[in-house]
Amino acid sequence: MVSTSINMTKNQLNPTSWVDQYADYLFNYAVARVSDAEIAKDLVQETFLAGLKSAKNFQGAATERTWLIAILKRKVIDYYRKINSKKGKAEVRINYSSQSDSAGDWLEENVADPFSTLENDQIENAELGQAIQECISKLPKKQSAVFVMKTIRGLSTEDICNELGINPSNLWVMVHRARTNLMGCLNENWFKL
Amino acid sequence: MINCEKASTICNKKQYKEATFLEQIQLGFHLLYCKTCAAFSKKNKKLTILCDKANLHNLSEQEKEKMKVTIEHNS
Repeated sequence: MVSTSINMTKNQLNPTSWVDQYADYLFNYAVARVSDAEIAKDLVQETFLAGLKSAKNFQGAATERTWLIAILKRKVIDYYRKINSKKGKAEVRINYSSQSDSAGDWLEENVADPFSTLENDQIENAELGQAIQECISKLPKKQSAVFVMKTIRGLSTEDICNELGINPSNLWVMVHRARTNLMGCLNENWFKL
Repeated sequence: MINCEKASTICNKKQYKEATFLEQIQLGFHLLYCKTCAAFSKKNKKLTILCDKANLHNLSEQEKEKMKVTIEHNS
């Protein structure tokens, strides 16, 4: 009984919908880690290709997205390995000024400040970005399209109306629904402590 | 006087800096006596701040199309 229900819900790959469903999510994941849009784009593309290549190895144990993220993770690591292996790049240099009056306490100055939360901010923001992206992907298609164009790509109301063939009041209704849905979703996934 | 529906629309417009000065005054007045809208407005503002903070990125449609073509060629 149990085994059949597992087989029923076995995950399957559907490469034709990968770009629409996961490209933005993967792209955000990559941008947060390599902080360069061009490189991130290439990594996402490579991830899709690698996914196609090893699609036959997909067991169906994880969801499609988890599986793709796992591949992307490897791609990010590979990327850093590659740039680090270039000669001289792997060298760690501490630029310390040669001013003699500060010669004594260089070690103390380089130690991480235990009370600083600045470096957490970046990690937190990357995670927040993923949480938002996940919530956006759960929205109905039309709502997410309008929300993404308006909020993330920052297009003007007029441009969006022209592109989607809707009128402004229509657009604001869509934005409203998207925003209320997102608030609910983020309430669950982000503020839940 | 404006109703709640109008107030929420203005509030949404405000998140994208598209509400006129008059609309903002109307909204401010409405929020004085409408608790529901005041709560919504607060949450809405928070969502805007979160979205700004997350520094979201998206691929453009052309880039996605290009990816689709590449995937098709390789599958």
